[in-house]
Amino acid sequence: MSNSTEFDWPAAIHRVFKQQGVRQVAYVPDAGHRRLIELCRADDEMRAVPLTTEEEGMGVLAGAWLGGERGALLMQSSGVGNCINAIASLTRACQFPLFMLVTMRGEWGEGNPWQIPMGRAVQPVLETLGLRVTSVAQADDVESTVSAMLGMTYTTDSANAVLLSQRLLGAKAFQ
Amino acid sequence: MTATPTLERRAVVDALLDERGDLLVVTGLGGTTWDVAASGDDPRNFYLWGGMGTAVSVGLGLALAQPRHRVLVITGDGEMLMGVGSLATVAAQAPGNLAIAVIDNERYGETGGQLTHTAFASDLAAMARGAGITHSATLTTLAEVRAFRAHFTRVAGPHFAVIKVASANAGMVLPPRDGVLIKHRFKAALAAGQRS
Repeated sequence: MSNSTEFDWPAAIHRVFKQQGVRQVAYVPDAGHRRLIELCRADDEMRAVPLTTEEEGMGVLAGAWLGGERGALLMQSSGVGNCINAIASLTRACQFPLFMLVTMRGEWGEGNPWQIPMGRAVQPVLETLGLRVTSVAQADDVESTVSAMLGMTYTTDSANAVLLSQRLLGAKAFQ
Repeated sequence: MTATPTLERRAVVDALLDERGDLLVVTGLGGTTWDVAASGDDPRNFYLWGGMGTAVSVGLGLALAQPRHRVLVITGDGEMLMGVGSLATVAAQAPGNLAIAVIDNERYGETGGQLTHTAFASDLAAMARGAGITHSATLTTLAEVRAFRAHFTRVAGPHFAVIKVASANAGMVLPPRDGVLIKHRFKAALAAGQRS
């Protein structure tokens, strides 16, 4: 986790969310999102919406858009598998904007073999659904990438995902 | 189980939408989309033709974004069961302007009338209460439906009602099926309402 002490990238993401007017932050927790979730929960200008499963996030963000608010959706890579039909048959069918921030498992130093198949599937599955997918592995790339992809999401009504690599987050230790 | 329900689903939805005022409506795919269309197409209806299990979540995001509007989700028992965790998500946010009405015919009406779990042992009103939505009830008469409508218009929620209806299919009444059109006209109607 050395990168997080060198550069506070979760604070940078939170700053981008504020600059770009994100009001609803829906999430299923992941260790990699812990600090960002805390920052959003503590922010009176944002509504943090914990979900029981990631597909609820497609509904919440669609409803937020209908009501005139911007949202962002945080999840772990395993959660991508939980929301495929909602992405396809709600978000994509209606061309709702979607910004997903996905903390990765199943790559770069993974120690749990059960995480490997979904981790490998994340990018091709999302691309098959028509999302643009950008992966970030360096702390000093996080802010510019999130800013560009989030901005594009709401200026073009497109669906986009930023994957935060375990190279950035640090691989989970099993010992 | 209780007596066989006799309420006709279209009469129930008509009662829910009677003199709707500024009510915003989200429907669940299938029967409740046809029911709401049959009651009269309105740009302030967001009809789901897909996304099974997400109707309540759409209503939640909308209710949070528009706290001065009442939001009513009208969905079916099968759709509600698929997204039942969203009731806990609603309870955690506790939006006072959100009401959820489940038109419960105990069937998957679009796929051949197979029994849903509410035909066996499951009580969706109890599940909503357990999720943390304290205003939760099962309704079996039109008078109760009208009282529910009056109650959620007057009293802060969230509100949840299961309305037991007869199992007969009511036939398809199709609203526009282009999600992009439904989305944009909804937002335009909302904006127009806020200007007036």
